[in-house]
Amino acid sequence: MKRLPTFGAANTLALALGLAASPALAQDVTITNAKLVIGDGSAPIEGGTVVVKAGQIVYAGPAAGAPAGGATLDAKGAYVTPGIFATITTLGLADVGAVSQSNDASADKAPFSASLDASRAINPTSQHILVHKAAGITRAATTMQPGGSIFAGQGAIIDLDGDPNPIVQPRAFQMVVLGEAGAAASGGSRAAAHVLLRASLREAQALVGKTGIPETTAIDKGDEVYLSRFDAEALVPVVTGKQKLYVAADRMADIRATLALKQEFPKLDLVLVGATEGWLVANDIAAAGVPVIANGLVDLPESFEQLGATQSNIGRMQRAGVKVAINAAADQNARRLPQVAGNLVALTRLPGAAGLTWDQAFAAISSVPADISGMGGKAGVLKAGALGDVVIWDGDPLELGTVPTRVFIGGVQQDLTNHQTRLRDRYMDLDESDRPKAYDW
Amino acid sequence: MGALATLASALALAACATTGGSGDAASASAKPAKSDETFAATPAGEPVYASTYKPYPGVATAIRGATVYDGRGGRIEGGVVFMSGGAIVAVGGPDTPIPADINVLDGTGKFVTPGIIDIHSHLGDYPSPGVEANSDGNEATAPTTPEVWAEHSVWPQDPGFSRALANGGITSLQILPGSANLMGGRSVTLKNVPARTTQGMKFPGAPYSMKMACGENPKRVYGSRGRMPSTRMGNLAVNRETWLSAIDYANDPKAKRDLGKETLVGVLKGEILIQNHCYRADEMALVLDMAKEMGYKVAAFHHAVEAYKIGDLLKENDVCSAIWADWYGFKMESYDGIRENAAFLQREGACVVIHSDDQNDIQRLNQEARKAQKAGLRVGINISDATVIQWITYNAAKAMGIADKTGSLEKGKMADVVLWNGDPLSVYSRPEKVWIDGALMFDAMNPKTRPVSDFELGQPGEGDVK
Repeated sequence: MKRLPTFGAANTLALALGLAASPALAQDVTITNAKLVIGDGSAPIEGGTVVVKAGQIVYAGPAAGAPAGGATLDAKGAYVTPGIFATITTLGLADVGAVSQSNDASADKAPFSASLDASRAINPTSQHILVHKAAGITRAATTMQPGGSIFAGQGAIIDLDGDPNPIVQPRAFQMVVLGEAGAAASGGSRAAAHVLLRASLREAQALVGKTGIPETTAIDKGDEVYLSRFDAEALVPVVTGKQKLYVAADRMADIRATLALKQEFPKLDLVLVGATEGWLVANDIAAAGVPVIANGLVDLPESFEQLGATQSNIGRMQRAGVKVAINAAADQNARRLPQVAGNLVALTRLPGAAGLTWDQAFAAISSVPADISGMGGKAGVLKAGALGDVVIWDGDPLELGTVPTRVFIGGVQQDLTNHQTRLRDRYMDLDESDRPKAYDW
Repeated sequence: MGALATLASALALAACATTGGSGDAASASAKPAKSDETFAATPAGEPVYASTYKPYPGVATAIRGATVYDGRGGRIEGGVVFMSGGAIVAVGGPDTPIPADINVLDGTGKFVTPGIIDIHSHLGDYPSPGVEANSDGNEATAPTTPEVWAEHSVWPQDPGFSRALANGGITSLQILPGSANLMGGRSVTLKNVPARTTQGMKFPGAPYSMKMACGENPKRVYGSRGRMPSTRMGNLAVNRETWLSAIDYANDPKAKRDLGKETLVGVLKGEILIQNHCYRADEMALVLDMAKEMGYKVAAFHHAVEAYKIGDLLKENDVCSAIWADWYGFKMESYDGIRENAAFLQREGACVVIHSDDQNDIQRLNQEARKAQKAGLRVGINISDATVIQWITYNAAKAMGIADKTGSLEKGKMADVVLWNGDPLSVYSRPEKVWIDGALMFDAMNPKTRPVSDFELGQPGEGDVK
């Protein structure tokens, strides 16, 4: 199932502009002799060819079927894949997590929640963006983290090319936290979180079709604003199914409660995030057709809502027919996505465990997250019509320590230097016999 | 109503248990109290809270035909590892003789390493579930707490121990206090065996370490409360004053016992090692000078994301760096983290240890080591696989003071051994069997050899593959 963006005109325009900005710099390139990974779960094609023109893929497949033309780059048998699509992340929202001045990922002192728009705060030259680009991630879903409310705000789809416009799709999804975090953010109980969520969606329903300053009542308690009038307005596209609703839930019961929301609000376009105990209700999730951005290697009962945690969660959900992407937010940093995917492949050799095949595992960090993000057919896949995001690797991309040798985003070959590579170059030796290190740059 | 009444009676019971307990014990004692009795604690320096760990029964076992990394930089193709009586008996090539009547495993296509060792863990002190009631890793009420002992916080039922065993091949680990304090207290080194008590996990004969911390954490925690230290210079000043008073204590034969100073004097005597959380190169250099000033030695800098800037200095001072492969940028003092850190240290001949500081990464130290190795290879620093295994075995043991007992596959050492189902430096491999002192404590092929902690019984996923 592919979902194309079904946003208002403004969003479509932004997407078009994002594409239009690239061809000026994009090179037409034909990559030959590739171990070609399409990214859709199919097996790699030996001796494959990728043709990129005007920033887009025009062909990816066996050499025999490739159209002629364009400069040729011989991959010499290297893995050539679509760029990794990281979801969910906070890329571009913080320079240093613990340096609050540099961190825009949470606004717990603001009176706003659902109306917060991550796309307004992205810094395209954040070192995290540059570092993750050098790790082969070309696009990402980036989102605020919940502060004073169950609503984190509206996440964006970004590219990592470092140019002045990182936004591929603003306001691509709303995120809400249920479970323990939702309980804490709504007054102390899951029951309160459910009332707040439903009340908020009903306020939004009342605003459908209305323009001007939203006429609803804020939901607050003392100084704490759980939902302002503007937050209610921001939920209109959610309740009308035009904007995805990402629901963070881990416990089996919270997952079931999430799926049940569709009965009250049939238009909701739900995506589950986390879903540590998803394997316990995999058939229900599959039947509901709700995709999951799942924690890959969480295997500890780190909370009472994760008692059933196992690394086999994704494999078991996949077997049940659930569409599953690996959650980038569940590990130390998003550049570990290939490592997590590789670990899921390792599980296929472990008695009693459920893992993914290599092909499924790569799809779980490329086409599947792109698809869930509304970028199906556009990102995370090498197919005609997709964005020209292509990565050439120095080995098996799921194997430890493999890195890209070249990264193309929208057909533009990327500069892979960043703060870390500059430090690396400076400290290739410790020789200061002539001058201090500060002169070595 | 019913629930509230139950709660009230539970509280009453708890109060009874805490106030009435000692009286019951006294009345149960047959020995009458004597008015002229003198009271004395066990003298300082004598073993207390001693290890009660005894190796579990094992069968004499030889693994044949595997690729063997010995933990000290050696690699044997088609090797033999023979263990019996809890110890390594022989390690060698295909022709190594083994008795006829023992358990022989075919290791063809598999790999053998020493048990993996994590020098930096908080398992048990910050266990799962990570609820406030279980949060016992930082005595963050004073900037120096050398008197606290991590072992007095360890919860042996932390499910994290079994994950570290099954997925990471961890056989020994050092539990450190947290880094809120300049001096966080004593560490404890554990054998990764399930036990009802912490004493049942304590590594027999392992020295204590004391945790110290540089930088942002202590100054933030105490500065935010309007107390010293609130700056890095405050950090150093409090440390130096504390060392000076420990030296006075050591020189005063009439001094009253002081638990904190006993720890510090243990460091000055070289009996207790220093494990120093420190990110920045300039701060590590200051700590090395403080150690010289006060007369102690740093065993390892932990986290040390800028160690690569001073590999020469660290080599010269014989200090290990216990580091991550790729953590960076989460706090200001980690901003200059680079993946080549380990390789650049190795280039200078300095001691590298890969550590976790994390209940998840402890399950994959082998993978973290590989990432650090590959980063070096890309810039022309070629470090052998066998040396990389040493980072997470022998080097860790050395910096913890247990390298004479474990950390390598050498005759007479503890039979702490991992059989991997493939190259341990590949993402596609996992431990197949793990022995601790020659006892098979995990076998991926047999679900009943997967430890399940008390906490997990009767819960979703009990005994699952995890």
